[in-house]
Amino acid sequence: MPTVSFTSALQRFMPVPSMQVDAATVAQALAAVFAARPALRGYVLDDQNALRRHVAVYVNGDLVRDRSRLSDPVAGDDEIHVFQALTGG
Amino acid sequence: MTDRLHVGTRKGLFEIVRRNGAWDIGDTQFLGDPVSAVLADGDTVHAALDLGHFGTKLWRRERAGSWRELPAPAFPPKPDDAGDDPHPWSLGRIWAIEPGGVDGRLWAGTMPGGLFRSDDGGETWSLNDALWRMPQRKQWMGVAGGEQPGISNVLIDPRDPADIRLGISTAGIWASTDTGMTWHLINQGMYNEYMPPERSGDPIAQDVHCLARCAARPAVMWCQHHNGVFRSEDRGATWHEVTAIRPSKFGFAVVAHPRDPNTAWFVPAIKDERRIPVDGKVVVARTRDGGQSFDILCNGLPQRHAYDLVWRHGLAVDDSGELVAFGSTSGGLWISEDGGDSWAPLDARLPPIAVVRFAHA
Repeated sequence: MPTVSFTSALQRFMPVPSMQVDAATVAQALAAVFAARPALRGYVLDDQNALRRHVAVYVNGDLVRDRSRLSDPVAGDDEIHVFQALTGG
Repeated sequence: MTDRLHVGTRKGLFEIVRRNGAWDIGDTQFLGDPVSAVLADGDTVHAALDLGHFGTKLWRRERAGSWRELPAPAFPPKPDDAGDDPHPWSLGRIWAIEPGGVDGRLWAGTMPGGLFRSDDGGETWSLNDALWRMPQRKQWMGVAGGEQPGISNVLIDPRDPADIRLGISTAGIWASTDTGMTWHLINQGMYNEYMPPERSGDPIAQDVHCLARCAARPAVMWCQHHNGVFRSEDRGATWHEVTAIRPSKFGFAVVAHPRDPNTAWFVPAIKDERRIPVDGKVVVARTRDGGQSFDILCNGLPQRHAYDLVWRHGLAVDDSGELVAFGSTSGGLWISEDGGDSWAPLDARLPPIAVVRFAHA
């Protein structure tokens, strides 16, 4: 099953350990995580369920292409990483 | 007078308390995170965070030390026929949280221009559809160097919770007298110097930096506008420019005396591209005669090489009208217990301050 891991920047707000999920797309993978941790959804997705502008999702090191519907496929033991671009001062 | 002041900054929320006659930091929360709005009613405090990467969050403290995250206001799914909407259907920032005058009711003014209502103390929120679906909303313009318009003030008539005035950057002043079922653009008499001449007086083109309303005489309203100071005596319908404002007419903040409709405070700055205090001196301008004249208050304020700017919500007055406080982009915080005649600085170097608000006793 694919594994979803989250940036340590999110661990500051809530515990988000890696999770193995039964999913065929990135959207399904994230939905499975949010089902277990509902408060996390608003940190990763915007009001229209698209990826937040400064959140990036990688599948096996490749940036996902569909940021609005998250339809990129996942399978097997894919590694899904949710990151952010840290900025500011 | 209250003994509690809440200060939302670029890097955290600070509770300032008065003990033995002196004000000091009593508590800190959300250190490192930007706080964009705060509302304090007794021990209950609502705070909005603007986390940037991870969105806008809303938290509530029900008693000292016990904070809990609430669901933030959220826009409904964007319909297919809204494709030409210039503004996103996603919460950008909460800019104002206000009590609705009815037990449990709160209003939240946001970027990109959505007004949200809660009737359960902030546990759940719903978008005010009537305002969001006004065709004129597509003419609203962005603010603060961004692309999104923002509702910076939500003013409820203390005698009639159905009567609401919104100050919007940049879209003028909108009014509802039926708890938000219908809305009207109402402001006449303002002008905008940076618009083409034929649109200078267009009500929707007015950059209302901040609105204030006298609680005891809610028909009297004050406006710190991008192009000057204005006053209304008819609930915001018509406005007259207050030309006596000194030392400059630009600024962001205004607060109204809760009982005296002729008294208001401003923090002017050089207009408008440079946005620093005139001559490097931090001053507060106070009128006590309805804007006919102003006292320039500087006793206890920095008068040499000070470059503090005070944002829309960085100036506050308490329910008594005697306690006044303001915080700056440089992290300075000053408190007056005599209506501004004299000021004392907080002995701290705070992050840039977005919002200063006294707790309702």
